[in-house]
Amino acid sequence: MQFPNDVRYTAEHEWARLEDGMITIGITGYATDQLGDVVFVELPQVGKRLDAMKPFGVVEAVKTVSDLYAPIAGEVVAVNPALADNPALVNQAPYGEGWMIRLKPDDAGAIQKLMDHQAYAKHVEEQHA
Amino acid sequence: MEPVTALKRTPFHAFHRAAGAKLVDFAGFEMPLRYTGDVREHQKVRTAVGLFDISHMGEFHVRGNEAAAFLGKALANDASGMSAGQAMYTTMCRPDGGIVDDLYVYRSRDHFMLVVNASNIAKDFAWLKEQCPSGVQFTDRSDDTALLAVQGPKAPEVLKGNVPDEALAMPSNRFIEGPLFGVPAVIARTGYTGEDGFELYFSASEARTVWEGLMNAGRPHGIEPVGLGARDTLRLEMAYMLYGNDIDDTTSPLEAGLGWTVKLQSRDFVGRDALIAQKAQGLKRKLVGIEAEGRRVPRHGMTIESGGKVVGTITSGSFSPSLERAIAMAYVESGVSAVDTPLEVVAGAGRVGTRVVKRPFYTKGSRR
Repeated sequence: MQFPNDVRYTAEHEWARLEDGMITIGITGYATDQLGDVVFVELPQVGKRLDAMKPFGVVEAVKTVSDLYAPIAGEVVAVNPALADNPALVNQAPYGEGWMIRLKPDDAGAIQKLMDHQAYAKHVEEQHA
Repeated sequence: MEPVTALKRTPFHAFHRAAGAKLVDFAGFEMPLRYTGDVREHQKVRTAVGLFDISHMGEFHVRGNEAAAFLGKALANDASGMSAGQAMYTTMCRPDGGIVDDLYVYRSRDHFMLVVNASNIAKDFAWLKEQCPSGVQFTDRSDDTALLAVQGPKAPEVLKGNVPDEALAMPSNRFIEGPLFGVPAVIARTGYTGEDGFELYFSASEARTVWEGLMNAGRPHGIEPVGLGARDTLRLEMAYMLYGNDIDDTTSPLEAGLGWTVKLQSRDFVGRDALIAQKAQGLKRKLVGIEAEGRRVPRHGMTIESGGKVVGTITSGSFSPSLERAIAMAYVESGVSAVDTPLEVVAGAGRVGTRVVKRPFYTKGSRR
């Protein structure tokens, strides 16, 4: 499986992308592959403060459910409005239209502590070993 | 290099690999969970036709003069009264009324075939062996039997010309023994989806002939392989039991709503006294269908509350692709089991609002 190199990764299979000082967050293609068809994503309200590596939402797939963890701390500034009507976007475009929330990070530099795509690929491989 | 694995494989393993299936451990077998997506595969079966490898299930053969009497005693539904060509769903109970397994019985002219859950093959075989009279031949044929299910409204069209015509004319819960793509087979109008369809039993050595035959014959009808993920959502929409989730050694067929499969008055059988007593005392809990208000899904093991008090547990829960909402089954105290009763499901820190609904959840299937 290929992982894009313009985002950083958590061990819990979220990705984070830094753009113009804001952090966009979603789940990885590996995560969607494990979950199967996503049918509902429960996300926080705009304005909510998130702590790093604490649950901020829930993703329900047909067969299973999983918590979402915040890769870094910050305040929610946007929630993907398209997911309410079309949660399948998470499966179809996990790094694009299937994004979940956007954060104003407390410390944008914290993203550098997350895994790069090579480290994440290794992490995924180890989970399968 | 292939990783070393202790998991068993069905004769169709290479086809699953080639089709790109995600494989998982199910009851000790490496089985396809999904090929393309749970919802797509589910809808394929509801609207056209899907092909399931369910060769992990167990097959026992029972032969001999006393076979009918033996099964009449061992099973809760009355196998002793079956005629040749008939298939029947039943539970097999412990003396205390708990369910050892749920299974299908097929009666041929000269023997019976029992089809049991993969997770229970060893347990069931030992359980029955102990009750088996010495004159009855009782054999486990699971390893050399392949089993495919062709399910969906287009299933008869897939088989047309590839099985004897009488197989297409028979109603559900009937079967014939005859050629399937020239391969000797049991061709049964049975299934676990609520759709019209067939379950096909044949020698594991003929796996390629039959798999390729069905995929080729089904191509004009859009046939696709379907994994265990969709198998579970299809059966849940029909409120069919999954052993280990909805029923087990600690639940009775009466509590599960399987009273229709238990012939209490016809003869003596294992568990009968306990079930008669349970019926006389009234059931403390019942298996019910529930439907969620939101899109959070009640899942297996979640607790159910009513008026701040724990009243039950979810046994199976999923998003229903056909109904586009979350559905579940649950054991609840009889006092809160009536249709339309509101129940709260505890999902982590949250609560899911639900209400009791009629089973089955899905009523538009093509099953005949």
